[in-house]
Amino acid sequence: MSIAAALAGKRIAITGSTGFLGTALVERLLRCVPDCELALLVRPGRAGAQRRAEREIWRNAAFDRLREELGAKGFADCTAGRVSVLECDIAADGLAAAPETLADIASCDILIHSAASVAFDNPLDRAVETNLAGPLRLLDTLHAHNASPHFVAISTAYVAGTRKGDAEEHLLSTTPFSVAVDWEAEIDSARRVRQRTEDESRTPERLAHFTREAAKKLGAAGTTALATQREHLRERWVEDALIEAGRARAASLGFADAYTFTKALAEQALVDRRHAVPLSIVRPSIIESSLAEPHPGWIRGFRMAEPIIINYAQGILKDFPALPESIIDVIPVDLVVAAVCAVAAKPPPEEPEVFHAASGSVNPFRFQELHDWCHDWFMEHPVYDEHDQPISPPKWSFPSRTRVADQLSRAKRTLHITESTLRMLPVRGAAAEAYAEVQEQRERLDRVAEYVDLYGMYVECDATYLTDRLMELWNELDEDDKAAFCFDPSAIDWRTYLTEVHLPSVMATARVKVAPASKKDLGGRLAGGEARDDEVAGDEAAGEHSASDSPLARWLPSARRSEHAIMERRRQQILSSDRHLAAFDLENTLLASNVVASWGWLSTRRLPRSEQARIVARALAEAPRLLKLDRADRSDFLRYFYRRFKGAPVDQLSDDTWEMFSDMLLAQAFPAAIRRVRRHRDLGHRTVLITGALDFVVEPFRPLFDHIVCPSLGTASGRYTGRLTATPPIGENRAQALRDYAQAEGLDLAECIAYADSTSDLPMLEVVGFPVAVNPEPKLASLARRRGWLVEHFSKAPGGPRKLVPIAPAGAAR
Amino acid sequence: MSRRDAPAPRPGFVLETDRSTPPILFHHGEGFRLEKLPPGRSRIIYPAESHEGLADPDEAICDALADPLDSEPLAALLRPDMKLTIAFDDISLPLPPMRRPDIRQRVIEAVLDTAAAAGVEDVHIIAALALHRRMTEAELRHAVGDRVYDAFAPSGCLYNHDAEDPDGMVVVGTTDHGEAVQISRRAAESDLIVYVNINLVAMDGGWKSTATGLSGYTGLRHHHNVTTMRNSRSFMDRHRSELHHSNWRQGEVLANAGIKIFQIETTVNNNLFGETGPLSMLQKREWEWSAKDRAAFIAMQTGLSVMPRRARRRAFQQWLAPYEMTSVQAGEVESVHERTLEHVLAQHIVPVQGQTDILTMGLPYICPYNVNSVMNPILVMCLGLGYFFNLYRGKPLVREGGVVIMGHPTDWEFHPVHHPSYIDFFEQVLTESTDPLVIEERFEKQFAEDEWYRHLYRNSYAYHGVHPFYMWYWGAHALEYLGRVIVLGGDPAAVRRMGFQPASTMADALEMASDVVGRQPTITHFHHPPMLMADVE
Repeated sequence: MSIAAALAGKRIAITGSTGFLGTALVERLLRCVPDCELALLVRPGRAGAQRRAEREIWRNAAFDRLREELGAKGFADCTAGRVSVLECDIAADGLAAAPETLADIASCDILIHSAASVAFDNPLDRAVETNLAGPLRLLDTLHAHNASPHFVAISTAYVAGTRKGDAEEHLLSTTPFSVAVDWEAEIDSARRVRQRTEDESRTPERLAHFTREAAKKLGAAGTTALATQREHLRERWVEDALIEAGRARAASLGFADAYTFTKALAEQALVDRRHAVPLSIVRPSIIESSLAEPHPGWIRGFRMAEPIIINYAQGILKDFPALPESIIDVIPVDLVVAAVCAVAAKPPPEEPEVFHAASGSVNPFRFQELHDWCHDWFMEHPVYDEHDQPISPPKWSFPSRTRVADQLSRAKRTLHITESTLRMLPVRGAAAEAYAEVQEQRERLDRVAEYVDLYGMYVECDATYLTDRLMELWNELDEDDKAAFCFDPSAIDWRTYLTEVHLPSVMATARVKVAPASKKDLGGRLAGGEARDDEVAGDEAAGEHSASDSPLARWLPSARRSEHAIMERRRQQILSSDRHLAAFDLENTLLASNVVASWGWLSTRRLPRSEQARIVARALAEAPRLLKLDRADRSDFLRYFYRRFKGAPVDQLSDDTWEMFSDMLLAQAFPAAIRRVRRHRDLGHRTVLITGALDFVVEPFRPLFDHIVCPSLGTASGRYTGRLTATPPIGENRAQALRDYAQAEGLDLAECIAYADSTSDLPMLEVVGFPVAVNPEPKLASLARRRGWLVEHFSKAPGGPRKLVPIAPAGAAR
Repeated sequence: MSRRDAPAPRPGFVLETDRSTPPILFHHGEGFRLEKLPPGRSRIIYPAESHEGLADPDEAICDALADPLDSEPLAALLRPDMKLTIAFDDISLPLPPMRRPDIRQRVIEAVLDTAAAAGVEDVHIIAALALHRRMTEAELRHAVGDRVYDAFAPSGCLYNHDAEDPDGMVVVGTTDHGEAVQISRRAAESDLIVYVNINLVAMDGGWKSTATGLSGYTGLRHHHNVTTMRNSRSFMDRHRSELHHSNWRQGEVLANAGIKIFQIETTVNNNLFGETGPLSMLQKREWEWSAKDRAAFIAMQTGLSVMPRRARRRAFQQWLAPYEMTSVQAGEVESVHERTLEHVLAQHIVPVQGQTDILTMGLPYICPYNVNSVMNPILVMCLGLGYFFNLYRGKPLVREGGVVIMGHPTDWEFHPVHHPSYIDFFEQVLTESTDPLVIEERFEKQFAEDEWYRHLYRNSYAYHGVHPFYMWYWGAHALEYLGRVIVLGGDPAAVRRMGFQPASTMADALEMASDVVGRQPTITHFHHPPMLMADVE
């Protein structure tokens, strides 16, 4: 009986249909098995299961062919008539589904379980819940309803672990690769580890650590920003700890990672718990883009080889730890789908059966070939760098993994030292940009290292996955089935597949520059046409057959476009009459001075030279303490520092500040910044100055601004008391001040612009629609780069006077 | 003084170069160049040697006050209940600033002595700076002396003119050419204005002292504009200068309005760098340099080459000229000024036969608008094409359509406090156009009435928002007249921004000029320092 006939009239439940393999499977069944019905088990997510199915399954390019064959209406009828979407979550107890849904699932004739958490660096408990406990929950549902459909479980060839030699298509327990592990104990343990790690992350010591780290990263950015950052760090820490726990536990049992480890246990658990349910297991190797169906090169999300390929093309991955003669066991997705259909169409087996969907044993593809053909292809189709120069792909020497790891860690160490040095230095502007650049390089290297670490094991793997039973199944097929459901790995011509199908497809969806930028399009032509700054490559389908929650999606370097053109475009957005308001910080945004310098100038104005020297010496001695206080909390620093004005005569200070305005503030001002303020006014924008500097100090700047938010000191009988009259506008208070002003004036913050130089202004920058980092300090430079903010470099007038120490000219006022 | 026994100073003259002519000194900002000019077709105009100063300046001042021209003696004009205003030339004169005591201090002290003897109580002393930047306390002290400053400044009776004070300025009338005459209210309401002038070049003094120095934008725009400057040929030649005609018309209105002015004008000699001392070779003729001069020059060049730019600028800006007063005359404005011009021209005039294809000049580190400041590119243009180009009587030194090669580093540098509107002019105006007429029409009003520049002019030490425009207009006559302007040794970006051509060597500059004036042009070098004015026949 042909596959289509065997499956005709059957109701087939499928998990993981939003993933790579699942989508292809749904497509094939709808197209090639006209009389079957499908029940798709979809996690509701935020949008609900129906919406997700619509967005993540039906809109996928996989269905273009079917849609074309049936027409839009025919396709809609087909999906509506033959497919039901069931809302459930295999990672949740009781599948988090309604009783009738559970009954619906149990009523199916075949259940193809394709859902998995495939990221190789999953936290232990997530891998266990999805990959191990998930299928058991499905079994429990079937048992509860006394149902015994044919259970087809998608596993992985790598359940054989890191062993060498031939891996046969048998249950693990019957092979030399057997793991004698109590899988129930593993589930319990994983849940306890999660609990313990969560608790550990909340101990005062840990929290103190997160506080320190957050401060290092953001400086004095205000309570909310820091709290968010701390919580983020805590969550990251828990994740990392659980990833490490998973990796360690897997390694202890001879597995590459938690994914293969939990898949291996799942096979065992299914066998142990299946009772009357007939079980078939399909173990694909590395699934890659399709050979022919639904169309050549179809791929969803980033798979395993793509990051290697793209980083190779960009010249980043200069070498790779693989054995050149080793086999890289790749299998096109359509071959896996066909094999799964053939297995599902078989009569349900009495005893569990295992099939490898792999190419290594019948049609080996060697690493050396992969490298050479890629090299040739990228010589012809180079990727372009940010200067529009084609990148020449490197030649790999295939060193050992330790050597690559050594090289990487050396490079990383150098960059790390550079980075932390730069972060500590009081640099701004171009130097701070350099910091962001170093940081980006370091992060990229981190990811490459992570990658080499994670995937090195797979490509170094020396096991051969035998496909005798698969080929037996193949030979039983009639010619029509062989044409419609080809899963014979020997049908693949690797060179053609790589250079004519896979690479063009990968490069078309990768966000890299495949042609130099033309004059007209300064932004650079991007392949794939999906080039929004905020876009994340890959599809979001965590928990199913997709690599989206792997580090891969995060680490693909986004296309580098002409920096200048981007900045100019952002500048034009800001200098539009649609904007409402421009808020400015003062220090290091409009001028290179600070409150300490102002105090130094004012306090020495009426002193003889010798006295001035004493003040300077004292201030220098105090500088480290002041700096520390400033870094800890700027509001406290200002409160403390401004006490020095206690007893200062109000009138005299007011006179003196006008002199200081010329002698120091204007002399240190950034002419382009002042021009920018005036430009905003010309455009009809309100201009607001928000600063921690005192009112009398900023008074001379008043003609530039519609509104000034600044602290002032109390006065008593003509002298300052040294106490602030209100909380200074620092951190969140700046954001609040801006919000208040905008509200009072009926302005829309989304149409507002804020200029600032430091992470302590983060709340203000985040509250507006158009933040601008001016001469950013390293932390802000790196944030601005990540978030795609306009960065302006304003500098002092070339040739202007320089002041080494902030004191008034000697004897200026006698 | 040994100079008293020395032979009479030699007049200026024109040297035709030949193969034996040594390389010629070019001022080059805060430095110098020695340039060899093509023999046979080049000539060098040398200024006259420094005239002898008055033996007793204070006595000469007292004499002038007691025996004025076309006026009663000062003492006779003073009475106890009067309002007396003493106005004096600001930091832009003389150049470089002179050693203490400044001439203004000598004159003002003498005037105050006379006023005190007459029992005058209401005295204001005003720095007549028009739209220039305010003078700092130190600069005021240098100009008027500590005694005057301490006596008047604390009580608010010594101050900088404020042309943007809404209550402090009045329009006293209009000339028959429709020119508004605006002046400081205090000056207008005074019973007598005593104006204390230093006449460095022929442009200074006369009615320009009060009609310009104590005026504001409302009055100045009638003569500080492109048309006037193009019709002033040159603005250094009082009787052929539309700038001066306009000022004289305004002066007439002032006089008719009953404003009484007692003008005191002084002249100085050509002694900028001293007869002896480290810089004395700068005002000697090159072939007369002694071994010591040569050694000093080499030492100075070596020193300058290793000094950072800032230090170099500071060193030059600290130089105070040992100027000596050559004359002082007081009384009625026009009579006084005619006498003054005689003295100025006697020192400056050098007769020159015919025009030239190429005029070369080495521009120094200072011009009227960058004392204690930065010589920005716009000021370089103004000094070369405004001042130096216009130091002629009769015809310009260079023929129409000829080339000016001026040497100056023209660094892209600005003083953020003194020249804020210059920075924006350079960034926003010159990027749009360098044509004075276009600039005047499209941008002048906006800069002149800008609140921020007004604020900085009044409360900080900034030149007025419109001032960079005036600098550009100062060169308008030359821009219209010349075929090409080449800046020798200038910063290429800054030079091109102004529409000129940068050249790194004199040979390059001459090669560039050959497109305009042919392969064998005649060349004239305007030798500076000290000061000269060419009388071109």
